[in-house]
Amino acid sequence: MTSTRRRARGRLPVVLVLPAVVGLAFLLVPLVGLLVRAPWDTLPEQLFSSSVGEALRLSLVCASLATVVCLVLGVPLAWLLARGDVPGRGVLRALVTVPLVLPPVVGGVALLFVLGRRGLVGQYLDAWFGISLPFTTAGVVLAEAFVAMPFLVISVEGALRAADPRYEEAAATLGASRWLAFRRVTLPSILPGVVAGTVLCWARALGEFGATITFAGNFPGETTTMPLAVYLALETDPDAAIVLSVVLLLVSVGVLAALRDRWISGPS
Amino acid sequence: MRALVLVALLAVTGCGADSGGADSGGAEAGGAVAGKVTVFAAASLTETFTRLGEDFEAAHPGVEVVFNFGGSSALAQQIAQGAPADVFASAAPANMTQVGDAGGISGEAVTFARNRLEIAVPRGNPAGITGLADFGDADAKIALCAEQVPCGAAAKRAFEAAGVTARPDTLEQDVKAVLTKVRLGEVDAALVYRTDVRAAGGEVVGIEFPEAERTVNDYPIAPLAKARNAAGARAFIDHVRSDRGRAVLAEAGFDAP
Repeated sequence: MTSTRRRARGRLPVVLVLPAVVGLAFLLVPLVGLLVRAPWDTLPEQLFSSSVGEALRLSLVCASLATVVCLVLGVPLAWLLARGDVPGRGVLRALVTVPLVLPPVVGGVALLFVLGRRGLVGQYLDAWFGISLPFTTAGVVLAEAFVAMPFLVISVEGALRAADPRYEEAAATLGASRWLAFRRVTLPSILPGVVAGTVLCWARALGEFGATITFAGNFPGETTTMPLAVYLALETDPDAAIVLSVVLLLVSVGVLAALRDRWISGPS
Repeated sequence: MRALVLVALLAVTGCGADSGGADSGGAEAGGAVAGKVTVFAAASLTETFTRLGEDFEAAHPGVEVVFNFGGSSALAQQIAQGAPADVFASAAPANMTQVGDAGGISGEAVTFARNRLEIAVPRGNPAGITGLADFGDADAKIALCAEQVPCGAAAKRAFEAAGVTARPDTLEQDVKAVLTKVRLGEVDAALVYRTDVRAAGGEVVGIEFPEAERTVNDYPIAPLAKARNAAGARAFIDHVRSDRGRAVLAEAGFDAP
């Protein structure tokens, strides 16, 4: 804020500051409520109980794997949408954001229709390879990737469209193939966008609930991630649910803060 | 899926609660039933209570019955958090006691129905399930209710009685979520209420088992202390316990209390 003030050389306009402060409070006050209600005395005990550790480990592993899936598939998809010469690109771009709008539970049911044991694709996976994805950890990763990928694609596509394509063209005139130009010229120039998208994608995957419980079910150690554990605990032991939420919150804020310092430069 | 439905219903009931409250004030003074009656009921009551609600509305013009169906423990939790409800019908006495201990119910809870578990398999019974012993088979895909909800607690009693260690692949939040997994053919077998098997029609096949006696659970109903429409709440409970109510419940597969 100090740098802004220095640049603006004047008082901050109230019309902006007032809603900004209200917005900040709106986002943070529920968090305060959670922290105030948290039973801090039992927190360490809960934290080191095996079920919480198990759910936390599963959440971190699944969210990270889902992010890898999103990167491998999402960055090329973003490139296709930004640079590719495909007909109906506007429609494609809109379709990619469908998981953002779709209630996650509906996304989970849709995944069951396609990848379930009797699904369009799943029945062949089951019959030919004996692969059944629902109720498995792989199913959790898929459900999370489905919901989180649009965040990555939108972010990377935005960065690609803002990047100057003339650098790629220059690389091409110097004899670089399109793949080489992508790797050595395009990717480094959009790296901040990729990192920001990755972080968003990971955070969304970590908090995923609806698609996961619908597609992957709920079984401790296999598919019970932190959000599922929170939901179940809320019904019988609200204190435990709050502790779980606080743990999830601390871990995610910690990881995101660390990543931000490391990768995303502040206002320069 | 349940959770979303709950949130939607809560929003609906929450928005309309004021008008219901205003109407009920007049209703109590006049002794007649009017306004909106908000009923929180166990997921396994979805079909019967929806029907009874329609009957009730037909018998009392100007009355609107709004339901919030869900896992009994979730509903008890919502009532404890101040959700606007007039009547609570639980699938197990424990959840009713939970609400009662917090001073949430007005008067006594009464048992209006009983239910028992049945094995549910997809049409055609692809895995050839015959009894509870098959639930210990690691190859079979099994769905059960989580132990926190009444159907899960009843399932636990059944397995204890049968001496079977169940190997479930998923522990669902309420009985309807379990039934959905069977309907979609994603699991080979599940334990649900007999009434759920009947409600699913031909999509799901029910298999009775001898230990089901141990899974019989009471369904209590009570008006809530913070009811905005106390007269409506009492009238709806009377309707559920009437001959007509008993007939609808019996037809759905419930045992009489």
